[in-house]
Amino acid sequence: MIRVQAGWRALLRPGDWLVVAAGLALCVYSALSFWSGGAPDGIIVRAGGKVVAEADLSRARKIEVAGPLGTTLIEVEPGRARVASDPGPRQYCVRQGWLSRAGAVAICAPNEVSLTLTGRGSDYDSLNY
Amino acid sequence: MTRSTIELVPTVTDRRIARHAAAAIVLTVAEAVIPLPLPGVKPGLANIVTLVVLARWGWREAVWVALLRVLAGSLLLGQFLAPGFFLSLSGALASLIVLGLAMHLPKRWFGPVSHSILAAFAHIGAQLVVARVWLVPHDGVFYLVPIFSAAAVIFGLVNGLIAGRLLHELQALEAEERRSG
Repeated sequence: MIRVQAGWRALLRPGDWLVVAAGLALCVYSALSFWSGGAPDGIIVRAGGKVVAEADLSRARKIEVAGPLGTTLIEVEPGRARVASDPGPRQYCVRQGWLSRAGAVAICAPNEVSLTLTGRGSDYDSLNY
Repeated sequence: MTRSTIELVPTVTDRRIARHAAAAIVLTVAEAVIPLPLPGVKPGLANIVTLVVLARWGWREAVWVALLRVLAGSLLLGQFLAPGFFLSLSGALASLIVLGLAMHLPKRWFGPVSHSILAAFAHIGAQLVVARVWLVPHDGVFYLVPIFSAAAVIFGLVNGLIAGRLLHELQALEAEERRSG
C-alpha cells in the first residue's frame, strides 16, 4: 500500500505541485471575488432628494440629518447601517433595522430622508413597472 | 466509360489516431451515464487519452484525437450542433492550444498533471466565455466560476495522475518488448 502511494506521488513533479497550488489559489480567489456580491461598501444619505452625506462602512459613526419634521439619526457600524431614530409618525424606516446588503434602502418619507447602501453587485439597481 | 475507383489507404498514423479516438469516444459515452450535480462539471475522462497521445505522439495527433472525439461523441449522444456541442468544441480547442504551449514547459519540472490542470482551466475558461456571450448573456454565469475551477483542479489532478501512470506503464512495456524482442 505504501509503495503504491509512493508510486502515485512520484508522478507529481515539483512544478506540478506548483500548478496544483496555483489552481487552488485561483479557486479561493474566485470564490472571494465572485461570491462577495451583496456586501456593501458605503452609504449614501439623501434629504429632500439631495445627497447630504456619503460614508464608507469601515468604522462606526452617527450621522444626523435635518428634515422638515426634525432630525433623523443614522447609525453606521462596520458592514451595516440603520436609521436609529426618526421623527416620522409610523417609524417604518427605523423598524427596518440594520441594513447589510448592497442596494438596501430605508426611506423615511415624512422627514424626506433616505439611507442607501452602495456596493458592487447590488441586487437591484432600478425597479420599474 | 471506365470505372474509377478511389482507394484510400490508411497509414499507420491514421490507424493509431482512429484507435486512440475510439478509446476517447468510449470514455465520453461512458461518462455521460454518470449523474452530474451541475451542468458543466464533469470528469472529462476522455482527456486522459488526449494527454497520453500528446506525450507519446505529439500535438498534431492529440488535436486529431480530441476533435474526432468531440465530433463522434456528440453524434453518439445526440448532441451534434446542440449548445452542448459548441461548449465542448470551444473547450477542446482552448485546451488544445494551452496543451500545445504547456508541452514545451521543462519536462523535469512539469509532468502530465500540470498539462492536465492547465488544459482543464483552459476548457472551463473557453466554455464560460461561450456561455456568457451566447447562451446565458448575464454575469450570473460567473457565480459558478469557483465551482468550475475547483472541479478543474480536482479532475485535472486525477486525470493527470492517471495519464502519468499510463505513460509510465506503457514505457515499461516498451522497454520489456525491446529487451525480449
